[in-house]
Amino acid sequence: MLDYVAIFLTIIVAALMAGGALLLSALIGPSPAKTKEKERPFECGLVPIEEPGRRFPVHYYVVAILFVVFDIEVIFLYPWIASFDEVGLYGFIGAMAFLLVLTFGLIYEWLRGGLEWH
Amino acid sequence: MWIELLTKVLIAGAVLTGILSFGGVLTWVERKQSALMQDRIGANRASILGFRLLGLFHIMTDGIKMFAKEEFIPRTDHRVLFLLAPFIAWLFSLAAFAVIPFSPELTVAGYQVTLQVANPEIGLLVAFAMMGMAIYGVVLGGWASNNNYALLGSMRATAQMISYEVALAAAAVGPLLIYRTLNMQEIVIRQGQLYNGWLPLWGIVLQPLAFLLFLVAGAAETKRVPFDLPEGESEIIGFNLEYSSMRFGAFMFTDFIEKILVACLTTTIFLGGWQVPWLADDGFRLGGALALELGPMVVWLLRLAAFGIKVCALIYVLMLVRWTLPRFRYDQLMSFGWKFLLPLAFLNIIVTAAVVLVLNL
Repeated sequence: MLDYVAIFLTIIVAALMAGGALLLSALIGPSPAKTKEKERPFECGLVPIEEPGRRFPVHYYVVAILFVVFDIEVIFLYPWIASFDEVGLYGFIGAMAFLLVLTFGLIYEWLRGGLEWH
Repeated sequence: MWIELLTKVLIAGAVLTGILSFGGVLTWVERKQSALMQDRIGANRASILGFRLLGLFHIMTDGIKMFAKEEFIPRTDHRVLFLLAPFIAWLFSLAAFAVIPFSPELTVAGYQVTLQVANPEIGLLVAFAMMGMAIYGVVLGGWASNNNYALLGSMRATAQMISYEVALAAAAVGPLLIYRTLNMQEIVIRQGQLYNGWLPLWGIVLQPLAFLLFLVAGAAETKRVPFDLPEGESEIIGFNLEYSSMRFGAFMFTDFIEKILVACLTTTIFLGGWQVPWLADDGFRLGGALALELGPMVVWLLRLAAFGIKVCALIYVLMLVRWTLPRFRYDQLMSFGWKFLLPLAFLNIIVTAAVVLVLNL
């Protein structure tokens, strides 16, 4: 139990350090008046022609979905590692079946061109 | 109870301060080392009273400059997220060091002394979780910047980091199947055995393929060359384009901290952590016989130093790679992760599991 409390305490200490540094910078740094030109999105001096943040390639969604599937797969392997000795051959077969199903998923995705980048 | 908690806070403070200082030194090492490889002199101008100390004062001047710059906040719908993003990245990359086993436990006058803040049974998962949380900084930073280039940069960076996160976690499964624990101290202790009485059975000896996969995925996860598209300092505009002052510094520092984190994780899983070859609890042993007797304090210090040396060596290798290889193209980067690293890691898992099961290791 103490170990998990200690992780929480570390997060608090880290937050104090990071937050303190960022706050200090906000206090020390100058803050000149803002102009309309200065607040415009920085595109190397050109005037932006499109409002930002509306459209971007759908491919990033595909990668995100793949990430969710495979990261959960890998995380499911970790309990198997921890209990490898108890579950033995039965657990091995189960884990391999699980791994194979998802590997077929990866192969399918590969063949359908989901991993290609245009 | 309160004494214990206070001790934990003190250890956490000491570890995090050490990591931050080491990160600061790394900014200087990076500059000097690149200068060395390119036959330049490198940073050497900052001085105090005429003393230059090989340009070491540049660490301080860099910091002062970061603090003293204007803190620019663009006109954006997500002001809070914009302010929060560097904080999140910095916070969670630091918090991951809670579970890193810098040293073994030492009992001094009835007290357990160790430089590891927390040693939970799922230590490695905590480290991976914190690394995953740090990605939010990149996502939110680009999203809240109200800038097309920053948004695209953050999308690229996010896709890269989550792709290699999978490969990283999958590569670690191989050696973990041999240790069969997620407790960080246990992982290190399991690597203390010797094969035939002389070869230390570290993870790199048992799982050389997994070591390479882990190191490459770790380099990509922390945006090192040749996977540094999210940064691409002078050529490609990245997610941190609208950031200035220490908020930009937070992103830059997070990178250095994550480099240390990946080096620490690789050391723990593959390079035997704090293990010194042939050093047992009571001194150096060769062929089972005590060759040199040492006190527990000396052994503890030697092991702490061993961890530091291994981490420094790994970081130096990553720095050598930086100035040796050119950068990947983005499609090459993504297909390398999904079509090469991940299948190889899966193959490694299957073979390792079968061998461990048959040989009953």
